[in-house]
Amino acid sequence: MESVNLTADAGHKGPSYFLVFIILGVLTLVEVAVAFIAALPDTLLILILLGLAVWKALLVALYYMHLRFEPAKLWWMVMAPLPLGLILVGIVLIEGW
Amino acid sequence: MSNTTAAALERPTTGPGSGFGVYNMKLGMWVFLLSEVMFFTALIGAYIILRFTNPGHFAEPGVVLNVPLTAANTFILICSSVTMVKAFAEIEAGNQRGLRMYLAATALLGILFLGVQAYEYSKLVHEGFVPAAEFYAALGRDGAGAVEGGPLYGATFYTMTGFHGAHVTIGVLCLLFTTVMAFRGRYTAANHGGVEIMGLYWHFVDLVWIILFTIVYLI
Repeated sequence: MESVNLTADAGHKGPSYFLVFIILGVLTLVEVAVAFIAALPDTLLILILLGLAVWKALLVALYYMHLRFEPAKLWWMVMAPLPLGLILVGIVLIEGW
Repeated sequence: MSNTTAAALERPTTGPGSGFGVYNMKLGMWVFLLSEVMFFTALIGAYIILRFTNPGHFAEPGVVLNVPLTAANTFILICSSVTMVKAFAEIEAGNQRGLRMYLAATALLGILFLGVQAYEYSKLVHEGFVPAAEFYAALGRDGAGAVEGGPLYGATFYTMTGFHGAHVTIGVLCLLFTTVMAFRGRYTAANHGGVEIMGLYWHFVDLVWIILFTIVYLI
């Protein structure tokens, strides 16, 4: 079996881990503030909160899980099932309503 | 099994025909995590439909659940993610001491997260918010008075956060094992697949919590 040098992708460029950490912490504070302080219509509030959550999740996946620096094939493999998740939730919602 | 064979099996490899440009162990973890995405998507989808078709069962955000405490716990999990990724960066640079320190810190933060969640559960149960009952009658926060509702709130809350907590528990056990292996000098700059695989799982647990926190506690 051929060994792979795991340090090969160590030189990738991107925000520092600490910077991503700061952004995640600030976004968490913003989420709580928006949920309890801002007087917004329910639909807008839900969209903002979901948007912030997806933003945070993407930061973790792209930079902490290094998905941004992985080979394109792996990236597509990870992305491929996500529409299935949306279909799953969509069908559940349609069934419920 | 000879030492040579054992070393060959543990070594990260692309393997013949893996085809994704990453070693097999890492590819396997990604496939596993994708199955986990579907698992949690099903839970979240079921929660959304139950929540919006049975509004009488659920309380407004922050009335029953302690959001400030859980926001702090979310921050603890985010901290554990940064220590985990720092552990990976340290061993990439060949720094054994840094690897051990950050792995141990990650495990401790994971244990702290579980401790806070256990405290949250005990307080909620004590206040009357139980997982399985015909109805709940919990103490409302911030002067909201007594709150009543149907059984779906407790059932969905404890199911979703409980399954996530189980994942964190498994992660902590694996982290402790990885930390012990690190102290034994198992990982090197050229061979640290175990740390990377551990990190992928741990970050995924963090990622799922980010979504759950918003959906269960804030919406």
